Amino acid sequence: MAAPPLPPETAAPPRDPLVAEPAPARPVPPRRRLPWRARLGPYVLLVPALVPVAVGLGYPLVRQFVLSFQEYGLAQQFGRPAEWVGLRNYTDLLSDPYVWGVIGRSIAFCLVNAGLTMAIGVALAVLMTRVGRAARVTLQVGLLLAWGTPVLATLTVWQWLFDSQYGVVNWLLSDPLGAEGFRGHSWTIEPASFYLVATVIVVWMSVPFVVFITYAALLQVPDECVEAAQLDGASAWQRFRHLSLPLIKPVLLIAGLLQVIWDLRVFTQIHVLQKAGAPTRETHLLGTYVYSLSREFSLAGAMATVMLVITLCLTGFYIRRMLREEDL
Amino acid sequence: MSAAVPPTAAVPTAASPALPARRSRRRVRPRTRAVRWLLGTLAVVVALVWAFPIYWMVSSAFLPTARLQTPEPTFFPFDGTLANFRQVLTDGSFYGSFRVSLAVTGLTLVCAVLFAFVAALAISRFWFRGRKAFIVTVLVVQMIPAEGLFISQYAVLDDWGLVNSVLGLTIVYVAAILPFTIWMLRGFVTGVPIELEEAAMVDGLSRTRAFFRITFPLLAPGLVASGVYGFLQAWNEYTLALVVMTDPGERTLPLWLQGLVEANRATDWGVVMAGATLIAVPVIAFFLMVQKRMSAGLVAGAVKG
Repeated sequence: MAAPPLPPETAAPPRDPLVAEPAPARPVPPRRRLPWRARLGPYVLLVPALVPVAVGLGYPLVRQFVLSFQEYGLAQQFGRPAEWVGLRNYTDLLSDPYVWGVIGRSIAFCLVNAGLTMAIGVALAVLMTRVGRAARVTLQVGLLLAWGTPVLATLTVWQWLFDSQYGVVNWLLSDPLGAEGFRGHSWTIEPASFYLVATVIVVWMSVPFVVFITYAALLQVPDECVEAAQLDGASAWQRFRHLSLPLIKPVLLIAGLLQVIWDLRVFTQIHVLQKAGAPTRETHLLGTYVYSLSREFSLAGAMATVMLVITLCLTGFYIRRMLREEDL
Repeated sequence: MSAAVPPTAAVPTAASPALPARRSRRRVRPRTRAVRWLLGTLAVVVALVWAFPIYWMVSSAFLPTARLQTPEPTFFPFDGTLANFRQVLTDGSFYGSFRVSLAVTGLTLVCAVLFAFVAALAISRFWFRGRKAFIVTVLVVQMIPAEGLFISQYAVLDDWGLVNSVLGLTIVYVAAILPFTIWMLRGFVTGVPIELEEAAMVDGLSRTRAFFRITFPLLAPGLVASGVYGFLQAWNEYTLALVVMTDPGERTLPLWLQGLVEANRATDWGVVMAGATLIAVPVIAFFLMVQKRMSAGLVAGAVKG
């Protein structure tokens, strides 16, 4: 349930870009030494937050890391101390071509989904700036409906839409569109069409976030600049490409990065679709694969550590940007 | 939680129809007007496509199986009934799951907002050794994917006998939600200038009273925003619940819905859709409602200067 964090600068209400912002209030070290009780104060305030994070995240993380260098099997579950096996769990995993297949599929799935989400999201955001109020509000409501629906409910209805016998998708393809082959077609049985369905669902769910965040950024592009460019004879495409796009690039970069991070660890969608009757071994991505290893703690720990390392590499870039933009 | 549940915090800025559309002033030429019409139609079509699954869920929920299992789909449930809802609700499992969900979400919400608020105060109002390290840790920790840790979290909870317990699930939820909540509230606290508090202190209030009289009311929108975020996260979460709540008697609502799907798939989609509608519609209504109010709060916060 990792937080889908939002870059705070976009969460802030839109400001007039021409007005200089006041410097953020940042605590500075006190000039004279405070008595020890006053110095202790802030630490006491941190304790309530630190305890659940340490118990719920920190300890499992350390334990998983240690376990990934041990052999932890059935005997250990009955109390035998675990044996140290060094890197064996990792070499076992990384010498298995199947595991590389899972990693490759996850990366491909993630890039395709993040790319599609960003492309459609930015296109719809631009569309939103160019239509009248009624059309814009309609589009916003449509997207908000998709966004606000609990993920399990959306997965349930998508399964019904793609139902092989009575689903609307098959009806639409075979009846009005005349592709008879889709009558009774099962979408989840083949890995390729399984991923197609998963992509449709993930993109459908993720696009609203990108649209709203991009639309907010586009509203910040000063009217004066747009008008000046218009007077100079720049076409709509040129205005977007050379004026708006560079100005909203920081927001797009962060939104894109978040999409990559989220899509890399996609679990719920894949897991639920697998239960709808897909061959699990051929459709595993990183998250579901770790879950399927859950009986072998050591291997699962090693695999999860690999996954964490991949995510944190991507995250490092994101965090560096956040730190650069925020004056701590 | 799952990757595709983005934070509500983003909604207010962007989505609020209340924000002035700055473009509309420009003069419109006839050719542009035709293009605008075309684009408007396109926007409406996209909106319909995007909303269709939600419509379909609600519509199917009112139709009996006999009407759903026909070669031609029924697009408007004019002769719909409440039979599917009745069937879902007569089986007592819904209420049990509702109670579990309510307990976990409530407990998570209270702990996460309270703890995060206190921590946000510490990092934005005090200077202390290790402050920057703490902030960086918060940022890193919030990116840890549940999928990379849930087996280990299960093992730890199992050791302590907290599997299948509200407390156990709450601990992992609070741990997952806290970092982002701290980060979010920190932004709000930093946004209230310390000078306001100092002015009140010059006027004779103690530091604590100055805080509660001046700063705290200004933080209300931030607390609401982080509370809404926590609520939606905990209420809709599936992955960790799946791992921690293995006992069918301790299911949260998302797990209950998945159980309903597995029991009725292919035989009775109407009942499944009734279950999905029961879960989704209140959340969507809440989401739409709060989204507007939160944007109003944020805009008010921006004007305060």
